[in-house]
This record gives sequence, C-alpha cells and structure tokens, in this order.
Amino acid sequence: MPEAALTDTGDILPEGTRGVVADFSADKQTFQVPWGKAMMWIFLLSDTFIFGCFLTSYMTVRMSARDAWPVPSEVFALSFGGEPIPLILIAIMTFILISSSGTMAMAVNMGYRKERNKTFWLMLATAAFGVMFVSMQVFEWTKLIVDEGVRPWSNPMGAAQFGSTFFMITGFHGLHVSAGVIYLITIASRVKRGFYEKRGGNYEIVEITGLYWHFVDLVWVFIFALFYLW
Amino acid sequence: MAQASGQQHPISIYMWIWGLLFVFSFFSYMVDYLDFQGLMRWSLILLFMFLKAGFIVGIFMHMAWERLALKMVILGPPVALCVLIALMVIEADYTFLTRIVFFGEGAALPVHH
Repeated sequence: MPEAALTDTGDILPEGTRGVVADFSADKQTFQVPWGKAMMWIFLLSDTFIFGCFLTSYMTVRMSARDAWPVPSEVFALSFGGEPIPLILIAIMTFILISSSGTMAMAVNMGYRKERNKTFWLMLATAAFGVMFVSMQVFEWTKLIVDEGVRPWSNPMGAAQFGSTFFMITGFHGLHVSAGVIYLITIASRVKRGFYEKRGGNYEIVEITGLYWHFVDLVWVFIFALFYLW
Repeated sequence: MAQASGQQHPISIYMWIWGLLFVFSFFSYMVDYLDFQGLMRWSLILLFMFLKAGFIVGIFMHMAWERLALKMVILGPPVALCVLIALMVIEADYTFLTRIVFFGEGAALPVHH
C-alpha cells in the first residue's frame, strides 16, 4: 500500500478513485510528484506513441508482405568458429540492457540515501552498459549492411520491407540509448561535483534520469519480442 | 512538497526484480533457441514480454507506488494503440489479399521495388 500522500499544507489526501477526483478538482497542481518527474512521464507517454506507431506499421507491413519475411533467428545468428548460434548477439544485447536497468535502479536508490559516490559510479556503470549496447548495435548494422547487403529498399533474404522497418525501429531506439548515455553522464558528473548538495540535497533528478533509462529498456523489451523473436 | 522522502524502497526488492528480468529474458530467448512454433511461440513471447514490461514499469519506474491519478494519465492513453493495431490488422489483411489477387501467390511475377 502506498503511504498516505500529503499536500503542501499537510492535509492527508484520499486514496483510490476518490483520490483521483480530489487530485483533479483541487484547483492546484494535479500530480503529487515533482514537476520534473511529471513532465518526464508525459514525455515518455509521447515517446510510447512514437514507438507504438513504428511497431504497428512494422506489423502492417509484415502482414501485408507477399514475399516471405526473413527469419530473424537466422538473419541475426552469429558463429563463433562452430555452428551459428541463433539470435545470440541480440540475446547478449538484451542481457546488457537489463543489467544496465538494474544498476540504474540501484543508482536511484543510492541517490535517495544521499550516497553521492555510489550514485555516481552506478550511473557511470549504467552509461557504460549503454555504450556497450550501442557498440554491439553498430557491429550488427555493419554486418547486415556490408556483409549481407541489407538495404532499406531490398535485401537478399526475402520481403523488401524488412530493411526499412529494421533500420527505422532499431535506429530510433539506438538514438534513444545514445541520448540516454549523454544524459546519464551529464547528471552523474553533477552528482559527483556536489551540484545537488547546493540545492538542498535533492536527488529526484536521478530518479527522473532513471525513468528515461528504464523506458529505453522497456522499448527494447517490445522490440526484442515483436521484431527479433516473432 | 508531497512525499519529501521520495521513492525509497528496500534494495532487496530491486534485486529480486533484476533477477526475475534475467530469468524472463532467458526464457524468451529459449523460445527461439528451442524453436517453438505456432501458438506456443507467440503466446510465450507475449507472456514474457508483458511480464518484463510490467515489472519494469511497476517496480523500476515506481509506478506501483504512484497515486492513481498519475497511473491513469500515463497508462490509460496507450490503450488507444489497441484500436490502431486492430484497424491496421484489418488494413494489412486487405492489402495482402489485394496483392494476391493482382500479383498472384509466390514470386512467380517480377516484383517491383
């Protein structure tokens, strides 16, 4: 159960649907969270629609393709000397992103405990996992474009639409990861410098950064399931 | 400010969810590795996908502890995507059938890209 929320003046707010009515009819701020967090959630909601549209158009294009859709399990197989292991690179990328989600969650927790040093290193570890992820994606793209001749308009494996959806969806996600790495490093260095100590030791920004990073992981969950596994 | 303490929860809960996410990811990879097909394949893929998504949003993003007003505003609108998906399924089926009618099955006819 959530602890009872309090207003600025110390009044206890009701929970459940009565709470919703109270929050929206209070003639003041609706969401009992810091504005930065509410705005990040709104931004993530808009991003949900962007990725939702991408994945829906991928579904439409794949369902209506006359030629056979390339089998992702084979396209993304990788051989380490022996038999090619299906989808192994993507599996490793998935585990890396999940690891980064864990370190991020710990960073948020340490931030609220005001353990600056631990927060800094955990955020840096998260960023490092992000860099690893993007590097592997660069390797994957290079392999597909240079070795296998996949283009947005054609590919040797099957339905021509495969390339455009693949580059669009994973490219936009990779862009999010790259932006997240920059965001993480910026906030982490501020934490290290003691920037937030001067502002009353408020580490809510770490949680807001965490929201963005977890969202990037969340999108990958959907891409992994719907694009690579399906 | 409300909830001045912020979202503070025991570390053990994060560790548990972290572990679970690894297990679910491993299982979903196994769906492909063991080459499940048909109903089994897509139902398992969707099951693990929604389990992972739920734990990330609920615990890692702290949505489970937020007030109902925020939950409804953030989690409600994406439901509209279901309408889009339903419409696009109908549209895609129609496009596919039209292509079969005009171009025939398989790659017998030249494909214009």
